[in-house]
Amino acid sequence: MAVAEARERLSAIPLRPARLRVGWVTLGVACLLGAGLVGVFVGAVPISPVESLRKLLGFLPFVGPSHLSAQHEAILMQLRLPRVVLAALVGGTLSISGAAYQGAFRNPLADPYLLGAAAGAGLGATFVIAYTSAGAGSGLMPVAAFAGALLAVALAYVVGRAGGAGRTATALVLAGIAVASFLTAVQTYLQQRRSETLREVYGWILGRMSTVGWHDVLLALPYVAVGAGVILAHRRLLDVLALGDEEAESLGLRARRIRLIVVVAASLSTAAVVAVSGLIGFVGLIVPHIVRLIAGNSYRVILPLSLFFGGAFLILCDLIGRTIISPAELPIGVVTAFFGAPFFALVLRTSRRMP
Amino acid sequence: MRKTLCITLLALVVAACSNSGVSTGSEPHAGPSASFPLIVVASNGPVTIPKRPARIVSLSSTSTEMLFAIGAGSQVVAVDDQSNYPPTAPKTTLSGFEPNIEAIASYNPDLVVFASDIKQLGASLEELKIPAVLLAAATTLADTYTQISQLGAATGHIREARALTARMRRDIRTIVANAPTFSGQLTYYHELDTTYFTSTSHTFIGTVYALLHLRNIADPADKPDNHYPQLSPEFIIQANPDVIFLADTGFAKQTASTVAARPGWDKIAAVANGNVIGLNDDIASRWGPRIVDYLRSVADALKSVKKAA
Repeated sequence: MAVAEARERLSAIPLRPARLRVGWVTLGVACLLGAGLVGVFVGAVPISPVESLRKLLGFLPFVGPSHLSAQHEAILMQLRLPRVVLAALVGGTLSISGAAYQGAFRNPLADPYLLGAAAGAGLGATFVIAYTSAGAGSGLMPVAAFAGALLAVALAYVVGRAGGAGRTATALVLAGIAVASFLTAVQTYLQQRRSETLREVYGWILGRMSTVGWHDVLLALPYVAVGAGVILAHRRLLDVLALGDEEAESLGLRARRIRLIVVVAASLSTAAVVAVSGLIGFVGLIVPHIVRLIAGNSYRVILPLSLFFGGAFLILCDLIGRTIISPAELPIGVVTAFFGAPFFALVLRTSRRMP
Repeated sequence: MRKTLCITLLALVVAACSNSGVSTGSEPHAGPSASFPLIVVASNGPVTIPKRPARIVSLSSTSTEMLFAIGAGSQVVAVDDQSNYPPTAPKTTLSGFEPNIEAIASYNPDLVVFASDIKQLGASLEELKIPAVLLAAATTLADTYTQISQLGAATGHIREARALTARMRRDIRTIVANAPTFSGQLTYYHELDTTYFTSTSHTFIGTVYALLHLRNIADPADKPDNHYPQLSPEFIIQANPDVIFLADTGFAKQTASTVAARPGWDKIAAVANGNVIGLNDDIASRWGPRIVDYLRSVADALKSVKKAA
């Protein structure tokens, strides 16, 4: 009886072609561009969209000169535009990395911080804020956060693998949790020792896009490009991995090797974006699931679409964060969860697919 | 860290002797040699001080500065980890933000001065029968004068306290009289940290700038319950302040050149005209006697400011 019922329910789920449809890609790119334009046009300071467009498209013939004031031009070109680009980069990276982690570990609850990247980056940043003479906002902070994130993931990998080759991905996840808890404890200790740094550290943990210019975009871009490229190249293999390690190996794949490559690529790009934007939760967990619910279960679909929709999602979250209590700013990590969670609940409620 | 943003209660000093009646007012009328026991009415209500304190613990960097300025320094046995002025103050690891009641009691104090009642510090000290005077963050210079008078009464230095406040009032009058006014048209941005937290005119430091007829760009962001808003960089660039005062030169190491290097900030008048002025973070975040020095350095800096027509 139960079996028949389950079979019936399964047949109710329409089988999706695993191919990535052109329509979805078009929609993803359109969302990303649309969000980007809105992000550039709207901000704490009202600037004419027409003049802004003139400025942005000034390289084209017949557009005519823009009549922005020096202050408005600086706001547009040196604050908003790099900020929108960075938000797209960070959102896309966290989403595709989250999807990659979910695929590599066959765990729907995996996010890019699963193996301790967030805790490691947090410890590195706290250390710089609290103990170096360079102080906050220096060039040292992204370097320390990046190193911390990579060290944490490496540590989790070493601990999780210590029991031998036969261990499952679950051991790795548990090792990640242990490493993250330990590093968070160390970070809290440092933070309490130097209480004057509390607000700075707290601000970093909630994520920020506010003080950046093009510098941060250029800093993160190489790692993100390589990481995302490697992940995308493994999209078919992740589909096979979804069947289970034994099945994958019976098809001639080396499951653990694929997992290692994908996890390293996802961790590298996560570390790079965490280093420039702080800890932005929720995006890496939820965006892949939203894509999965609306567009299908194959990683050939999920990975590229997560990149587009994650970017668009974070641009909009950042827009809300910097306008809703203008001229003050709300940390972006607050916005992603506050607006993202209800939206996800809505998709979960209305979709008929398996999450 | 700016943890005590609370409004100072209207505080009165009451010098009360057992049968000489009670006098009130911001300046105590008791004679210079006030006799103990006496009652000081501070932010935490009336506090009885049985005898002239000889073992004072200060958990407030501002109160530490005030105590030493009125000549009560020799009665102070311990100050908190933030009290770095004067350098001769007996700095300890005690914290006013994370107060450890046992550690405070171990100094066997006969008077504790603190600026924020965290973790029921006041009630705990009361239980231990240790007189504790809460002097919360000032919002005006008048609060500062009141607190100096209160500490003068509480420590037996009424005469010195009165002389100090008189000198401060006189110095401030002179500085203001000699400062350029720019017809009240000069705008400023007071930076507290690198995430652009600032203070509006409704803060202690805001009232100090107002003495020099400066206009605060953050006032549109002022809220009745928050006078320390965080500004977006877009807003700051748009507001285009004539002068930028940096109160994050110490720990965060901000200078005119780090400010100029921020994206888009080179278009701000203050940056373009070289009117970015680094100031002492400690003084800017306290409400003690050195605020006169702060005002003087701001006024001096203004003398070289040229307002673009």
